[in-house]
Amino acid sequence: MLDCGLDMTSTLNFLPLPLVQSPRLSNLPGWSLKDGNVFLDKELKECSGHVFVDSVPEFCLPETELIDLSTVDVILISNYHCMMALPYITEHTGFTGTVYATEPTVQIGRLLMEELVNFIERVPKAQSASLWKNKDIQRLLPSPLKDAVEVSTWRRCYTMQEVNSALSKIQLVGYSQKIELFGAVQVTPLSSGYALGSSNWIIQSHYEKVSYVSGSSLLTTHPQPMDQASLKNSDVLILTGLTQIPTANPDGMVGEFCSNLALTVRNGGNVLVPCYPSGVIYDLLECLYQYIDSAGLSSIPFYFISPVANSSLEFSQIFAEWLCHNKQTKVYLPEPPFPHAELIQTNKLKHYPSIHGDFSNDFRQPCVVFTGHPSLRFGDVVHFMELWGKSSLNTVIFTEPDFSYLEALAPYQPLAMKCIYCPIDTRLNFIQVSKLLKEVQPLHVVCPEQYTQPPPAQSHRVDLMVDCQPPAMSYRRAEVLALPFKRRYEKIEIMPELADSLVPMEIKPGISLATVSAVLHTKDNKHVLQPPPRPAQPTGGKKRKRASDDIPDCKVLKPLLSGSIPVDQFVQTLEKHGFSDIKVEDTAKGHIVLLQEAETLIQIEEDSTHIICDDDEVLRVRLRDLVLKFLQKF
Amino acid sequence: MDPECARLLPALCAVLADPRQPVADDTCLEKLLDWFKAVTEAGSSLLLLQENPCLVELLFHVLKPQDLSSRILSFALRLAGTFAAQENCFQYLQQGELLPGLFGEHGPLGAAAWAAPTVRSGWIQGLRSLAQHPSALLFLADSGAVDTIFSLQGDPSLFVASAAGQLLVHVLDLAMRGPAKGHGRLQAQDWPACAQRIVCHLEDCLCSEAAPRVTQALHVLTTAFGHCHGLWTQGLWVQLSPLVARLLEKDPMPAPHALVELLLSVARSSVPSSNPGLWETAAQTLSRLSPMQAGPLAAGILKLQDCPQALRTQAFGVLLRPLACVLEATAQAPGTPGLLEGAAGDPMAVDMLPPSKSACVGLLCSTLAHLELLQPLPQRPSPWPQAPLLAAAVTILRFCNGSAAPSSEVGGRLCAMLVGCVRVQRAALDFLGVLSQGLGPRELVTQVFAVLLEYLMSPDSSPTVLKKAFQATLRWLLSSAVPPGCCDLEPRAQLVLRELLAVLQKRLCSPCWEVRDSGLEFLTQMTRRWGGQAGFRQTLLASEVPKLASQLLQDPESYVRASAVAAAGQLSSQGLLAAPSSPEHPAGPQKTPLEELLLVLTTDSEGFPRRAAMRVFTEWLRDGHMAVAEDRERFMARVLQAASGDLDWEVRVQGLELALIFLQQLLGARSPGAAPPGALAQALRALCRVQLFEFAFRSLFDCDRPVAQKSCDLLLFLRAKAAPSSSPQEAGDSPDVAPVEAALQRWRAGEQGQPLGELAPEAVLAVLRSMDLEALRDTLAESSDHVERSPQSLLQDVLAAVGVLGDNEADCY
Repeated sequence: MLDCGLDMTSTLNFLPLPLVQSPRLSNLPGWSLKDGNVFLDKELKECSGHVFVDSVPEFCLPETELIDLSTVDVILISNYHCMMALPYITEHTGFTGTVYATEPTVQIGRLLMEELVNFIERVPKAQSASLWKNKDIQRLLPSPLKDAVEVSTWRRCYTMQEVNSALSKIQLVGYSQKIELFGAVQVTPLSSGYALGSSNWIIQSHYEKVSYVSGSSLLTTHPQPMDQASLKNSDVLILTGLTQIPTANPDGMVGEFCSNLALTVRNGGNVLVPCYPSGVIYDLLECLYQYIDSAGLSSIPFYFISPVANSSLEFSQIFAEWLCHNKQTKVYLPEPPFPHAELIQTNKLKHYPSIHGDFSNDFRQPCVVFTGHPSLRFGDVVHFMELWGKSSLNTVIFTEPDFSYLEALAPYQPLAMKCIYCPIDTRLNFIQVSKLLKEVQPLHVVCPEQYTQPPPAQSHRVDLMVDCQPPAMSYRRAEVLALPFKRRYEKIEIMPELADSLVPMEIKPGISLATVSAVLHTKDNKHVLQPPPRPAQPTGGKKRKRASDDIPDCKVLKPLLSGSIPVDQFVQTLEKHGFSDIKVEDTAKGHIVLLQEAETLIQIEEDSTHIICDDDEVLRVRLRDLVLKFLQKF
Repeated sequence: MDPECARLLPALCAVLADPRQPVADDTCLEKLLDWFKAVTEAGSSLLLLQENPCLVELLFHVLKPQDLSSRILSFALRLAGTFAAQENCFQYLQQGELLPGLFGEHGPLGAAAWAAPTVRSGWIQGLRSLAQHPSALLFLADSGAVDTIFSLQGDPSLFVASAAGQLLVHVLDLAMRGPAKGHGRLQAQDWPACAQRIVCHLEDCLCSEAAPRVTQALHVLTTAFGHCHGLWTQGLWVQLSPLVARLLEKDPMPAPHALVELLLSVARSSVPSSNPGLWETAAQTLSRLSPMQAGPLAAGILKLQDCPQALRTQAFGVLLRPLACVLEATAQAPGTPGLLEGAAGDPMAVDMLPPSKSACVGLLCSTLAHLELLQPLPQRPSPWPQAPLLAAAVTILRFCNGSAAPSSEVGGRLCAMLVGCVRVQRAALDFLGVLSQGLGPRELVTQVFAVLLEYLMSPDSSPTVLKKAFQATLRWLLSSAVPPGCCDLEPRAQLVLRELLAVLQKRLCSPCWEVRDSGLEFLTQMTRRWGGQAGFRQTLLASEVPKLASQLLQDPESYVRASAVAAAGQLSSQGLLAAPSSPEHPAGPQKTPLEELLLVLTTDSEGFPRRAAMRVFTEWLRDGHMAVAEDRERFMARVLQAASGDLDWEVRVQGLELALIFLQQLLGARSPGAAPPGALAQALRALCRVQLFEFAFRSLFDCDRPVAQKSCDLLLFLRAKAAPSSSPQEAGDSPDVAPVEAALQRWRAGEQGQPLGELAPEAVLAVLRSMDLEALRDTLAESSDHVERSPQSLLQDVLAAVGVLGDNEADCY
């Protein structure tokens, strides 16, 4: 199984979970059907024309119907965002296999899960809505609830216990490490340049190579650069995890982010940045580190609020070997690789596990707050949206591309605060993909259907699709796809003693042949030729115990023949040996030599020779020996 | 030649002739040649050689087989050519068989030294100098030099090859000039033999299958028609034009770029007046060349003053075609009236855009650049299709930012090629800016502002694109004034302005300094233009822009600080500058703009912001800014004190400029002659109070010449105003000038640290009169190396470099 991501956009259908009692949210009117029926008013609430489920948020799991997940042997994880559904798979499907991921992926993935669990669990909600999921009722609901797919499979968040159990099934791997899977294939993670520890995977046998390219980046940000060279010579390249906002250039967006931040703060407003606790936030803090002095913002406090804020900031500093070259060299100076250490030291950046406790004492405005969750449905961000939403001086800047910012904002309407959308997605865009594919030259590219056509809203932008030759094979949800290659060869090893006994004979310059008699031993997808067992000694009339003990008979081997018969010389030889009245006929496949006197026919073809004579065994053997003179034996 | 140089010349020739003493510096040889050229132009070369036999000896010495450096050999060839340019000197050198030795087959031409490109180049340049008279023509013909020149046209060194081509043209011109005198146009068979050989060679080249030979011939002809203005050029074109026309029939056409150059060169010459067939050839060429190749020819034709209208129409069509394709690619209905009637609906025309991205981008950029140059010319095509061109520029910009909606497959391709292409964006924005000179339909102008705003708002606009977008926007805003020339913005521009200021607000906070800088420049220009207009003032004051601009006075980037100073100065002039406050010191005491800029002048570590501050102060003083008018003397005293101690000479010059304006304001700049005695005395006292004299006198001895010159001008102006009759000196005792003169002495000696102390106006005047300011001005007017640039110094340098003069006394410059 390649990756194990969790679709969290389902949570956008739910009401936010406020940390502090919100009169506005709790007083939202219940939703009633057009005919005035109010049986759903406890479950569904209406806010500015949108309907939300008033319940604990639920997540959309990976497809479980199509395949029995208990039969999955291995899950390969590309990056920490692509493992968020792991507890659902490892704990509830009978999965008994192994999960492979790099160390930073696991550590930061743990932080993301921990944050998610914490966000949900610290605001317990008594109510759990399920009535609306009834298919007959769902049909009656307004969009987008009406159009939500597979709502019956949506699940509440996992627990910390499940997270720990799931993570314990992960086997840590390093870049370029070769991992044997059942002898059948070898998998290798390669740096993908997108996030700390993020990987692309190579899955290869002796004769086939499949590359799995997931979230990758060619930009110079904090992680180790993408390893492109190792992706060369792939039979198939599975391409996914491209940028979600191909029209937004990350550099431009960072500039936009800084400008809007400065503009708001200079006017005395606060800036709220809904974000994940790891990833782009490191780069944003680094940009701000350089920018705040120049923008005259050095006295503005920056707050990073997350249950895992401290761990995230500290972890980032210890994964030196997974960082880009510049940051790695800093470690030897020794300096912390990320400048946020200095921001913390100089008190410009402060971090807190939540808004409760120390934060409320230190809180000063105007300020900049980085906090989760980017869906605006849970986490400390909900509090700040409620707190700052009423003033047009404040700004919320969306940097994470995973959620539609308009949908995220829907339950906060009407909203006076300014909203800026600066999605920073460093993953590959289509121009980079086409350069990558030209460089790597896979025989076939396989990618989601969406990548093979321009975005529906910009159908004229033919530059916003994967452009390669031959055209990429596309797949859609629940489609079963046969990868375009056939396995033709297997590698077989020969035991040394058997190899010793071989007598190769050169039949053409550079090509030698040898006959091999051996036993082919196959175990764990490894094939070994072993010397044949010696013929069994007669057992003195004892009956064999079982038929399976039977050892194959080793008959005396006849030599193998090679070469071709030159017809003219063969005829001359026949004449020398007293045959006369010889006639040669050409056929489509070779020749027929007719010994009319002896009433015998010799059919000479490319790969066979037949002597057809009438019950004259002596003649046949004579002729056979004459034929054999022209052939090599070994 | 002055005697001292004549005295040094034998030693110089000995050094040059001595292979053991290599002249290290090539530029010395060049300077020597320049000097000899000047000497021979001023007098007789023959006399020079007779008076300085060492020169001829040097030339003879070069002929001897020896190990001379190629540079000296090349020098000798060029020197000989310079001397032989005068016919009597040529004869003199011919007598000694010197010239055949140098330029004939037995000279360097046949020796190993010929392998050095510098020798071949020297040979060509020598002949080029020599070929000035009929004897030289005979010499060239007899010595076989013409054949060598032909072969040098294909020299591996581009410099040599190009010089050979030019020499050929020169020889041709020389040959044709003689017989053409008084004969008008000659028939080809009457041309001199030498000219016939060259033309014959050119004909061979034009008929050659080898493209490089064709190119060489075309280059020679281009130079000939470009530089030679004799009537014979008309005959040459008659002779060669059929061969040129034949090139057009070849497939592929050889040397298309060189052909275009030739046709334009001929078109600009006197040929077309007598030979209208040229236009036909040009028309054929236009239709045969690819769009990329035809562009320069079309643009060149349209710049011509006189040319048939049909050809101009054709050429304009060629230039417009790529833009017509762009318009067609987005036209909703096929055949929509576009730039080119008829061509718009023609699928062939649409397909003319090159399939590769780089070629397509190159074609669009060059087309836009040609049209941009053409637009302001009086001879630009008329009627000028302003509206379709505007639409095309807007469409290209929309393709580049991905917002265009292509209506065809070509459009889709165009979209994919142009999205995010900075080169095309820059070219299109420049072009759009130029188009602001003309009017356009209302809805198109609305589109122009819309697309400009899109670019200004887009986070993806690169800093250079943004700068160009700002420039284009300013031009369009300027052209939107109603009626033209009026200060008021029309209502639509007023609406744009509001959005513009919102964008500007954000751009002033950009992390990219180039963006902040261009934003500030734009603000300064806008304020200068509309600062007095109520609508603008209202919109600007309602925005954060003035506050942000003054915050940028503290920007870490010095260019931005300089632009912020200019912006703050302009805003303050118009009374639009809000008191600056930063979030760091929200409640701190607020400085006035004058104090802010004085702070920049006195504390900024970089020169640019300080220079900008001085420019603002100068402007403020000139325009009577309120902050200055309140207490002009205090303002002057503070600024002059800061400027006089500045390390940057430009700031000091600006300080003196400011002082001059102050002086003019006190004494009246316009009224000629002396100031009235009362006003003068009052002014002098004021000048003493602001310590202007200390600054001016000290600047007279400034190590930077422009400062001293400016100060000299200032004091001369003052002295002229203080005529003797109006001198207060006459009224009282003679003043004590000793301390002032002592201070001046010290400053002259370089002891700049000494202060001047209190000054009496009378003493200043006395000192001023006693100084020979005119002499000082003349000295300063001479360049600082005027002594070192003398030929004598040059000769001494060359000799000193090889140790002939003993101690190394070479000037270090």
